Amino acid sequence: MKVHNNKAWWLVLPVFLLVAFSAVVPMMTVVNYSVQDIFDHSTRYFVGVDWYKQVLQDTRLHESLLRQFIFSTCVLLIEIPLGIAIALCMPTKGRMASLVLIVLAIPLLIPWNVVGTIWQIFGRADIGLLGWSLNSLGISYNYAANTSDAWVTVLIMDVWHWTSLVALLCYSGLRAIPDVYYQAARIDRASDWAVFRHIQLPKLKSVLLIAVMLRFMDSFMIYTEPFVLTGGGPGNATTFLSQTLTQMAIGQFDLGPAAAFSLVYFLIILLVSWLFYTAMTHNDKTR
Amino acid sequence: MDWMAWTLPTALFFGFIGTLLVGMTIWELRSPCIERKGLLPISTTRGDRLFIGLLGSAYWHLLVVGVTDWSVWIASVLSLFWLIAVMRWG
Repeated sequence: MKVHNNKAWWLVLPVFLLVAFSAVVPMMTVVNYSVQDIFDHSTRYFVGVDWYKQVLQDTRLHESLLRQFIFSTCVLLIEIPLGIAIALCMPTKGRMASLVLIVLAIPLLIPWNVVGTIWQIFGRADIGLLGWSLNSLGISYNYAANTSDAWVTVLIMDVWHWTSLVALLCYSGLRAIPDVYYQAARIDRASDWAVFRHIQLPKLKSVLLIAVMLRFMDSFMIYTEPFVLTGGGPGNATTFLSQTLTQMAIGQFDLGPAAAFSLVYFLIILLVSWLFYTAMTHNDKTR
Repeated sequence: MDWMAWTLPTALFFGFIGTLLVGMTIWELRSPCIERKGLLPISTTRGDRLFIGLLGSAYWHLLVVGVTDWSVWIASVLSLFWLIAVMRWG
């Protein structure tokens, strides 16, 4: 039987302490808040699971949750295939390769609120290039008044901001494939599709796992961009979970319900991420 | 620690989770587990089964609290059975 040296676990201790201070202790505090009605530092009452009951039966949250799932699903369905396609088209060497890498990295460097502002102006019918052009072409477009327009704009904005991440991850995965695989494929006269299906896609699995997880988690907790772009409107059409949570916690100062909501939110992300991870690593384990 | 707004039930809850993790660590050091496939559709280690058991327990609580008028203790008892079943046969 293989003997493990468990002394190596001591090396993990600093990161364990860091995570404890930055994540575990705050989360324990949120759990404590979620079972109490908190008025101020010293005035608080134990309410049991009342806040959970309230949160789980709140139709406003159900609607936000549905919108959030639709948004994250759309984001994954668009960004993952598009990112792979861009990575496959990217030049592999020379100055163009460096240039394309830099251009792709630019959207990732722009802060979230700036992205929201850029698209808010870009989409305006009076001074924005996108809004003005569409309306000039006879296409009625107003993201501030029309639900479909707001959704499309928020989605395109997210695709513009984050597809680069998927593309860069896939590009690094593609560059890591040894040339012998392509040589063998050429000998077998494999088509481009066969090369993609049987060599590139299986080899991209680990980076795609990271890409899917990152994009799911990030899109599921999106806040700043839609908040700046549409403010959650028109009506509540683009009000996602984190915005509803912020309204509850900071706007209404309902700390107990907001804490209970945060934990439900956390459990959803944990479950979906675990399902993605298990589904994508399951075949490797069974081989 | 007053800023963390502790209550007795949450302290007991985290005490239980902490004890469980320490116990599992000691168990793993004394007798390292071998990945196996039970009733769950995936092969799992002991730690995987604990994670699935705890996550499932959280969802049992949400289901009982959100959908029914039952006492939360029913959810806790269900969760305990679920945790034991996953650890033993999962």
